[in-house]
Amino acid sequence: MKQQIIVSGLGGQGTLTLTRLLAEAAAAMSLPVITSETHGMAQRGGTVISMIKVGPFRGPLIPAGEADRGLFLHPKNLAVHRFYLKPGGAVFVNTATPGDYLNVDARALAASHSLPPVAANLILLGYAAGKGGLFAEPDLLLEVMAAKTLERFRETSLRAFQVGLNATA
Amino acid sequence: MGNEAMGRGIVEAGCTVATSYPGTPASEILQSVVVFTKETGVLLYTEWSVNEKVAFEVALANSMSGRRSAVAMKQVGLNVASDPFMRSAYLGVKGGLVVISADDPGPHSSQTEQDSRFFAMFAKVPVLDPSSPKEAKDLVKIAFELSERFEIPVMVRPTTRVCHARENVPCGPPLRLERPARFDKDPRRWCATPQFVRELHHLLNEKIDQIATLPEFAPILTPGDGSHPGACIIASGVAFAHTWDWLAELDLLGRVDYYQVTMPYPLNRDFIEAINSRYKKILVIEETYPVIELQLANRAIQGRTSHMIPNDGELTPDVIRPVLEAFLDLPVRSRVTVQSGGDRPTLCAGCAHRAAFYAIKETFPAGIFPSDIGCYTLGLNLGAVDTCHCMGAGISQAAGFYRAFAAAGAEFPTIVATIGDSTFFHAGVPALLNAIFNQARFVLVILDNATTAMTGHQPTPQVGLTAAGDMGHPVLIPDLVRGCGAGFLREADPYDLPAFMEHLKEADAYCRDPEGGVAVIIAKHLCLLDREARKSQTTYAMCVTEDCTGCLHCLEEFECPALSMDEADGRVVIDGVRCVGCGVCVHVCPTGAITAVKEGQP
Repeated sequence: MKQQIIVSGLGGQGTLTLTRLLAEAAAAMSLPVITSETHGMAQRGGTVISMIKVGPFRGPLIPAGEADRGLFLHPKNLAVHRFYLKPGGAVFVNTATPGDYLNVDARALAASHSLPPVAANLILLGYAAGKGGLFAEPDLLLEVMAAKTLERFRETSLRAFQVGLNATA
Repeated sequence: MGNEAMGRGIVEAGCTVATSYPGTPASEILQSVVVFTKETGVLLYTEWSVNEKVAFEVALANSMSGRRSAVAMKQVGLNVASDPFMRSAYLGVKGGLVVISADDPGPHSSQTEQDSRFFAMFAKVPVLDPSSPKEAKDLVKIAFELSERFEIPVMVRPTTRVCHARENVPCGPPLRLERPARFDKDPRRWCATPQFVRELHHLLNEKIDQIATLPEFAPILTPGDGSHPGACIIASGVAFAHTWDWLAELDLLGRVDYYQVTMPYPLNRDFIEAINSRYKKILVIEETYPVIELQLANRAIQGRTSHMIPNDGELTPDVIRPVLEAFLDLPVRSRVTVQSGGDRPTLCAGCAHRAAFYAIKETFPAGIFPSDIGCYTLGLNLGAVDTCHCMGAGISQAAGFYRAFAAAGAEFPTIVATIGDSTFFHAGVPALLNAIFNQARFVLVILDNATTAMTGHQPTPQVGLTAAGDMGHPVLIPDLVRGCGAGFLREADPYDLPAFMEHLKEADAYCRDPEGGVAVIIAKHLCLLDREARKSQTTYAMCVTEDCTGCLHCLEEFECPALSMDEADGRVVIDGVRCVGCGVCVHVCPTGAITAVKEGQP
């Protein structure tokens, strides 16, 4: 199993949370995984990117044109980070605007399900998992989320993921 | 995470004192030491020191007492700690002393992309260069052993891509060394006067010579099958891992001789000999300066000195691929254009720094604004930060700017220096003391948000919490400012913009008074990333009325991320999700089109 995923967003959108969840899921499946994250000044609302490499890799960075999947928490990041995707690599975008990608309006879904706006990240993850786009099955991701999320966020997180999952139906 | 792995390594190695000053990409190392110390129940003292020099010296004395010690910092922190670092090589240590200096090729979050390995070579201190989080943990433990065996400090040099990479890292039990603290007085060594220093230098050279012959630190070879005769690739750090992945993908692993250097200085003597006698074609891939390359001293090397590898910037897989293609005569793959850009970072909605900067800029449109290192460097987006040099420099530069105008006999513009609370403790105090004593004239605004925000909210001495979360003895900024001799000191919340601007005008008048000098204003407001801070302040329901003319003043001069232009409507709109209801923008709108209705109270 080899899958290289980028998660692109703006600082504060929960990019790191998604990265860690995917890494934990790989670990739960006993797959080797290495990730890379953005910390420091860019976290103050700037454009950030994380990378998750599942499989026998040693370096944490994904080269241009090599990512299998892209999760975009903001559509304007497509212009900045889409070049990481390989031709035919699946792109999941949090936006109401359709385009040459798979989109879900996670922010609107969060609002209509009384979820906080920051839960859009897990809605997007649920959507991507529901589309069968990820190395991990939705059930496993839910399991990992339940085990690794702090008690006070757990219920909200699981619900957000489920909302994203249902959006694929 | 790599930083967590190194923190775990410190705990497992039986270290008893670990110190640090936060700085990206090294900040999480000490935080992890705190977590693992509690988890394993070992006796390990942790400290956020006020700066890296102090952190180094605290750890050093523990090591002189025969106990294992660690100090962690970012690479420019080592510049601050360079004084004790250089001398500790000569005098050596007793208990193992491991110095972690995290480099930031790119740079992503630093003022230089300097190579700490070069610093290690300069100081004659052995340095280990991990390629992954797991290796970083292993090398921290090995560094302690090497340090103790030769009584020399040992540096571990991770880079951002190791510090902030995550992978599975196995944990082991902590080593419980039963060693009492014992300081053996030896003035010839511990306070070596010049007459003893030469002998110590000789001893240091002997240690380095011996370490350079240790087979366990010789580079590790993944041998080729002879299909690339006379050629080898040498790499270290995370560049080794990136290159490994490319060689694997190109099916070249096991085809060409590939060396990993884990100790770039001192480079193993036999290795130098073998490389120079065995190979005709040599490629060296390392970040960020040619440390291995220079020690190999072989003019045939392809690398940084031959410009095969760019001499600046991070060695990402996209930079390494064409180098490999050229070196191994591979077909050139069509390249994907690497894009850059994206949104620049900005101060958070409701951040009090924004209010302070707006007040400064509006009050003194012709002012000069030296600043410093932290979140508030982002004040440059608002045109309220003109310089950012290194920790504490803003205050000394303010004094220097005053001197530039005063010495030229010119009318001096208002100079307003800004510095964060943690940076003030770090290096601002001597600069302020110096400026006051030498009669400079400027306004200093200390942006006190009661935390070290940029690096993940480490407590400052004023907050009074220690690294372990216990209560320390708080040291108050106003006391320090008065102690430096300031004759003008105000404390104010910049949320009250009109009042804050009045303080600034009075401060300026003090600077220009014949009896005046440096005027200090402490801008106090908690960092809003602290959840409790939000609950402790009055909030407002904000609204843009029809009076908005779309003049863009609020967007261009205030740049709150909650404000944006509704192109269709021609008016500014407030994003109800991002807005925290601080109410400051009411004072910013020139037409009074932003209104606030009190919503919540603390």
